[in-house]
Amino acid sequence: MSRPGRDDSPDRLYTLTGGRTRSGPDSPFDLVTLVVAECDPATGMQSEHAAILRITEHPTAVVELAAELKLPVSITKILLSDLLTAGRVSARHPRKADLDPDVLEQVLVGLRNL
Amino acid sequence: MDSATSDARTPLGASADNGLKIVVVGGFGVGKTTLVRSVSEIRPLNTEETMTKAGEAVDDISEVRGKSATTVAFDFGRITLDARNVLYLFGAPGQERFWFLWDRLFSGTLGAVVLVDTRRIGDSWYAIDRLEHHGTPFIVACNDFGGQTYAPQQIREALDLDPHVPLLDCDARSRASAKQVLISLVEHVKNHHGPQSGRYDTQVPAPHQELAL
Repeated sequence: MSRPGRDDSPDRLYTLTGGRTRSGPDSPFDLVTLVVAECDPATGMQSEHAAILRITEHPTAVVELAAELKLPVSITKILLSDLLTAGRVSARHPRKADLDPDVLEQVLVGLRNL
Repeated sequence: MDSATSDARTPLGASADNGLKIVVVGGFGVGKTTLVRSVSEIRPLNTEETMTKAGEAVDDISEVRGKSATTVAFDFGRITLDARNVLYLFGAPGQERFWFLWDRLFSGTLGAVVLVDTRRIGDSWYAIDRLEHHGTPFIVACNDFGGQTYAPQQIREALDLDPHVPLLDCDARSRASAKQVLISLVEHVKNHHGPQSGRYDTQVPAPHQELAL
């Protein structure tokens, strides 16, 4: 299996993130944080940033973005942090379901309705 | 969608605001992706996470270029539960290197399903041990491969399973069966790990404790 972003082109990843290889332990993004674009892609924008803004026209989880962009999750988070800082996307963070019996009940209802 | 790769995407509704995680762990070929596919509203997607052994302190691409990177690939699917809640189902390998990334990827997960092939029970020992270590609520589901059937007590003993952990049979290819597995897990979480159970304090894993290699 060959996946871009792993073995074939580490230099590409390096370029994408300006040399950063991690988003840090303080990254606000969870795998299932839903990201929503706050603006349209603009000309001159880094192509991955533009792609993220196109995809997140609808709420999209970080992990779906990573799969769609064919990038490792950590690299995707770095790109998202840049966009978040610039106010170009907003983030809907997961609520702690294990602390909230209402959410657990909603999950059960949703699953039973499948 | 402008992107050629976006043709198959099914977007979430605009009001979706709460992503939830359930992880299906199991050995190679046990049916994780099959189970995810059975209930997912999207064709399962694949992605990966990479962590360097130098870990959090080194910000250097040479670590990625070298041999010290740990890469874990995983599949996932999605279930829209209602206007706000979206459940993501992850099929993850149970091998050792995967657990180094558990906290980064799956902290805050609702719970886990350990998918077991009764012909290869030993494949599940490590996953169960790690889930117990992380304090993650889990259930065990035996995927039916049409082989010899065992009494639940035999399987419990072979897995050295705590009596309060639910054990059930399933057919990962069946949507109804996969759905029942997920319902059983969430009911278990609600009954045994919820805020009213009194067990919660003992179930919180220290964040990132597994990341120090």
